[in-house]
Amino acid sequence: MSREEDSVERSEKPSAKERMAIPRVEMPQREGRERNKDFEEVNLGLGEQAAIREAQRCLQCKTARCVEGCPVGIDIPGFIKLIAEGDFLGAAAILRKDNNLPAVTGRVCPQETQCEVKCVRCKTDAPVAIGWLARFVSDYEVEHRSGRPKASAAKTGKKVACIGSGPAGITCAGELAKMGVDVTLFEAFHKPGGVLVYGIPEFRMPNRVVADEIENLESLGVKIETNVIVGRTLTLEQLTGEEGFDAVYIAVGAGLPSFMNVPGENFKGVYSANEYLTRSNLMEAYDARADTPIIRGKRVCVIGGGNTAMDAVRTSKRLGAEESMIVYRRAREQMPARAEEVAHAEEEDIKFEFLTAPVEVLGDEKGWVKGLRCIRMRLGELDESGRRRPVPIEGSEFEIECDLVVVAIGTRANPLLTKATAGLKLNKWGYIEVDDNMMTSIAGVFAGGDIVRGSATVILAMGDGKCAAASIDRYLVGRQNG
Amino acid sequence: MYELVEKKSIGSGVTQYEIRAQRIARSRKCGQFVIVRALEHSERIPLTIADVDIERGTITLIVQAVGKSTLEMTRLEKGQGFADVAGPLGQPSHIEKYGTVVVIGGGLGTAVVYPQAVALRNAGNKIISIIGARTKELLILEELAASVSDRLILTTDDGSAGMKGLVTDALKMLLEEDETNVDAVYCAGPVIMMKHVSEVTKPLNIRTIVSLNPVMVDGTGMCGGCRVTVGGKRKFACVDGPEFDGHEVDFDELMDRLTTYRDHEQKTLKRYKDHECKLRQQ
Ligand SMILES: Cc1cc2nc3c(=O)[nH]c(=O)nc-3n(C[C@H](O)[C@H](O)[C@H](O)COP(=O)(O)OP(=O)(O)OC[C@H]3O[C@@H](n4cnc5c(N)ncnc54)[C@H](O)[C@@H]3O)c2cc1C
Ligand code: SF4
Ligand code: FES
Repeated sequence: MSREEDSVERSEKPSAKERMAIPRVEMPQREGRERNKDFEEVNLGLGEQAAIREAQRCLQCKTARCVEGCPVGIDIPGFIKLIAEGDFLGAAAILRKDNNLPAVTGRVCPQETQCEVKCVRCKTDAPVAIGWLARFVSDYEVEHRSGRPKASAAKTGKKVACIGSGPAGITCAGELAKMGVDVTLFEAFHKPGGVLVYGIPEFRMPNRVVADEIENLESLGVKIETNVIVGRTLTLEQLTGEEGFDAVYIAVGAGLPSFMNVPGENFKGVYSANEYLTRSNLMEAYDARADTPIIRGKRVCVIGGGNTAMDAVRTSKRLGAEESMIVYRRAREQMPARAEEVAHAEEEDIKFEFLTAPVEVLGDEKGWVKGLRCIRMRLGELDESGRRRPVPIEGSEFEIECDLVVVAIGTRANPLLTKATAGLKLNKWGYIEVDDNMMTSIAGVFAGGDIVRGSATVILAMGDGKCAAASIDRYLVGRQNG
Repeated sequence: MYELVEKKSIGSGVTQYEIRAQRIARSRKCGQFVIVRALEHSERIPLTIADVDIERGTITLIVQAVGKSTLEMTRLEKGQGFADVAGPLGQPSHIEKYGTVVVIGGGLGTAVVYPQAVALRNAGNKIISIIGARTKELLILEELAASVSDRLILTTDDGSAGMKGLVTDALKMLLEEDETNVDAVYCAGPVIMMKHVSEVTKPLNIRTIVSLNPVMVDGTGMCGGCRVTVGGKRKFACVDGPEFDGHEVDFDELMDRLTTYRDHEQKTLKRYKDHECKLRQQ
């Protein structure tokens, strides 16, 4: 990033009128039909001048509505003000106070339903691009910081185990390490990062971003042990017993894939999104020379309308599909995916079949998928989630020809750890119950992220990790004094 | 890194590895497996834990070199290490006192059933082992099997050792003997073999436990790649299995699913061998 010549805008304080006149910045991005052939990142990031100009659009509201929309209450006007002043590292420091993974959330937060939707400028033109600014300062920080964070607090002599290295586990581990706690992060896979490395593809969440955060953790003194499946390699009782941990944080995510339960789902060429994305991302099967195989469909149907479905369908295009489509049983407006992902998918020539539900996967005589029999839906009454329930239209069945089907209709709690742990209270869906301090029914054992909430978001998982770290600290101090 | 403590060849193309993995060794129960990546770029492959040595903190794996991943593994030398070993995974074998149990291992399946035979014998069962292979060189673990069996029957397709024929022929022979009363059958090996064994025992209502080997990625229930149909229901072999009631398994579906990556496997293997060839010529 080169600093542009004229830095007038940096010193000048634009008037309110001038601020209002600045249009929302556009994210420089690679052209849809070019980028849908590789796995390089789609968004290129804002340059310094563009970021400053965008920051100047912020009206520095006294009661900042955007902050109310942020699940972790980041001081949004605060960090944006420093960007406008050109103090990017200062801005990054403000972000980091409430957000341990700003380079991650700047890329994956659904800003359009959180902070940006609340921005006052929505009423006049367009919201301040809070997400892109967050991403800009965090990327700037990676390039320009003077060193990695170090834990400066005195050692407490306490040991905590964090189980699962997704955003919840990473955040909790980092926070505790900063408080002087001796933290070990256990991960079942061979590589840490959770959904950020096995699920979200490189073109949206580059591996280097996650790897950098993992290095930060190591710099803080967190020990990372991969290939440890708690509940199998070690039990929770062993962690608090012979392994000598004073407290445990469970952040194992919600990784159990759901299937559609329609005939033909076991034909070759039907993947869960988890399997498809894990093969492509974690096992690097997107590289044709990789040892791990992946089926490269020519005509691909991805079932679902969330971020996972968008990631899968865009991956399939990059793996060489001629036609890739989303099959979703509700309407466009009801898709839970981030708006930007849907827009990006459209630019990449992804087709959409809305109000369509599969009723059967069709196979050929050799057991390979050859199509999908679907039924059209219409929107009926409101359901529990407040969305209009899709109802099948009788007699509207039709077939879509395809050779790969990826099922991305959600995930549930994986019972592997919870079943192996006596006394851990679960709700009826198998998620872990916690109290206001995020402590489970077992004293000293805390939990957060998707394994408590059900599939949610990166920012909520991170927020949980941070709260849990504070609770764990109080618990450890309380026990010492008590 | 997981240190390779000991390595020896135990048959043509079959290698026994002893790997340091203290925690796995301590937690492992009979019937469980590990997911292994030999090198940084390798695939994740499931392998049954044939044995453990808790004092040495090691686990033993028996591997037949058939594809690139398993061939590369044979290049590792004592003192070097496996990149990743995760486990123990899957449900432990169901072990109880039945009376007389026939334990059937086909090819590499012997490495799976041998530890079961040990556990079943310790539970007070009489053990009759049937070990089969295509030909003499491919028979493995006969001596170990003999040491835990009250009776051992070897079979080879070509008659080069033991009885000429299939393991099912030996099983039928046993079932026809008046003096032998078979209370349960444990079986591991090629899917087609497990299918035929289950077909023999089903009409006789003899409890038959098979150990399935579908394609796996994580081994912890998060991908569903290992799904199999058992009693008409979807099961994940890595967490619900790998052992299931042989009379309930849809073997044809499993056999078919196992061919998913055949082309890819052949291509990677060929590329690997060509590459090795070139290296040798240099
Ligand atoms: C494809 C995809 C795309 C997504 N896109 C977005 C997005 O754009 N924006 C957004 O906000 N959210 C998105 N999400 C949701 C978001 O990723 C999750 O809400 C978030 O990652 C949850 O974090 P977590 O720390 O609770 O768990 P995870 O990230 O799931 O991490 C859990 C970790 O625990 C490990 N683990 C599991 N069991 C054990 C065990 N027994 N022992 C040891 N380790 C174990 C797992 O291997 C995993 O690494 C997406 C999810 C997916 C799958
Ligand atoms: S609501 Fe919008 S304009 Fe107001 S402080 Fe937040 S980002 Fe700035
Ligand atoms: S191997 Fe992934 S669920 Fe069984």
